[in-house]
Amino acid sequence: MAATNDAPPRKGFMGWLNKRLPVDDFVKSQATGYYAPKNFNFWYFFGFIAVVVLGMQLLTGIFLTMFYKPGELTSFDSVEYIMREVDHGWLIRYLHSTGASAFFIVIYLHMFRALLYGSYKAPRELLWIFGMLVYLALMAEAFMGYVLPWGNMSFWGAQVIVNLFGTIPAIGPPLVEWIRGDYGIADATLNRFFALHVVAIPLGLLLLVLLHLVALRTTGSNNPDGIEIKKNLGRDGHPIDGIPFHPYYTVKDTVGAGVFFILFSIIVFFLPTFGGLFLEGPNFEPANPMSTPEHIAPVWYFTPFYAILRAVPDQRMGALLMGIAVASFLFLPWLDRSPVKSMRYRGPISKVMLAVFVISFIALGYLGLQPAEGLYVMLARIFTVGYFAYFWLMPIYSRASFDAVKQVPERVVFHAH
Amino acid sequence: MADNVIVADEGADLSRRKFLTNATIATAAVGAVFVAVPFVESWTPSERARALGAPTELDVSKIDPGQMTIITWRRQPIYVVRRTPEMVQHLQGHDGDLKDPGSKNSDQPAYATNVLRARKAEYLVLIGTCTHLGCLPKQRFEAASAEMGPSWPGGFFCPCHGSRFDLSGRVFNGSPASVNLRVPPYEYPNENTLRVGADEKGTA
Repeated sequence: MAATNDAPPRKGFMGWLNKRLPVDDFVKSQATGYYAPKNFNFWYFFGFIAVVVLGMQLLTGIFLTMFYKPGELTSFDSVEYIMREVDHGWLIRYLHSTGASAFFIVIYLHMFRALLYGSYKAPRELLWIFGMLVYLALMAEAFMGYVLPWGNMSFWGAQVIVNLFGTIPAIGPPLVEWIRGDYGIADATLNRFFALHVVAIPLGLLLLVLLHLVALRTTGSNNPDGIEIKKNLGRDGHPIDGIPFHPYYTVKDTVGAGVFFILFSIIVFFLPTFGGLFLEGPNFEPANPMSTPEHIAPVWYFTPFYAILRAVPDQRMGALLMGIAVASFLFLPWLDRSPVKSMRYRGPISKVMLAVFVISFIALGYLGLQPAEGLYVMLARIFTVGYFAYFWLMPIYSRASFDAVKQVPERVVFHAH
Repeated sequence: MADNVIVADEGADLSRRKFLTNATIATAAVGAVFVAVPFVESWTPSERARALGAPTELDVSKIDPGQMTIITWRRQPIYVVRRTPEMVQHLQGHDGDLKDPGSKNSDQPAYATNVLRARKAEYLVLIGTCTHLGCLPKQRFEAASAEMGPSWPGGFFCPCHGSRFDLSGRVFNGSPASVNLRVPPYEYPNENTLRVGADEKGTA
């Protein structure tokens, strides 16, 4: 079994091992014999970096649970204890809290890459959907993680988000009480969020990441030209435009991860709160159910959706629209009717619409941090329209009859260096 | 023919086998639903949480006219406002600006569906969490204040998302909240004692 066609069976310990565990087969199928397109650019770093950040969050998270005590009376104090009295506790905590924001930055760039090069299009629909489920699990993970320090923003953020479920007709109010386990956000809520944040969601995340990678190994990576490299096979049966993932991309991605860690370290050591964006000011005060912070805003990675929620005058419609805003990504493979994948070969309208989406997303992210009044609400409404136009007008503007496409070359565009 | 049959299947009644397989799966599915019940129910408020949610009392005569006191019931802030006659008067004349002036779609006991949304005109009792997303509306009792504008009749303003309510807790048009502030069940066991969380229908 272990023997491959081009290599004689291994002897000694590795031979013994391969008879019992398919180590060589696994390495070959997943790395040295897995061919990825040779024209990857820097946008292809972020999947690898996301895995690195996931590993870092697991490691730092495990160490934080060794010192953190969930509970209304203990949570806030135990976080202060970690920050002030545990040796290097501040570092482990800041790695974890900065890692959460870094995770979203990396995932957003990773998702943008998919939008740019049409990576969600057939045959990669499931790959895209697993990726989106990872993103949803990450949102739940980040939200519950933010509640655990039991600062005042933890408390009020939980209040606002949990109450969103109350807008569901009929089952809303009892559902909210069931989620909280009390008549308000309380000790019971904190404890169950701890269990979900530390055990249940990470297990689900790991499973989804695994499915994402298995689906990727099945279809193979897309590339900046949006050409299926499997269509051009060489005499050895491997794609002509492909190179083995290991060592070529493992080495390249490691350099990318190195650059990431340089930037990451600057934030961890010099700007851990990032001006209130990564850790908000009111969260340095203990939770107080009798005092709302002057201005409630979620952490930056949720603010685009928060801005959409607040842009709608009706609360039920606002919550519904926010849900659709997140779910819209799931439908992309079927909304996109363009015969080509990559933006490189699409017409100007598709490019403009992608730009509209990116500008709307960033603008909504900014507006979600501002108070919901006057001009801010007006702008949020305009950018909400821009956000949804990208998705739901796509079946029209992405058609070749509407937005002329360029001829896609037979082979990937690549200049050796 | 026989070559294609797996040895273990030789002479077997496959339709019978299929029925037994499906019956087993169905039984397991029903069992799984039953097993899920205790896990799902473990998330409902515990006995302790329910006991701590018992009614709470307040001596309303201690509140100064025009002032508000906040007590807690079931971890929720309960706003008790002692309204002056002018405040009560200001509840008239802006019905057109309200989303639900008659409190038809809002959540309150039957005795609080009137314009006053209270058992006694003098005392307004509200659950002090915004019906939008649960923040605490702030008191803006002064009518026509510089901050709230000349047409402001006095009421509450939610700092989170800008919902506005009058001094009966009725929501103004243009607020993200769609219904009036909720009124808890309450009663007056005697002249000056307010008991929140219980009324003639029993304990909430």
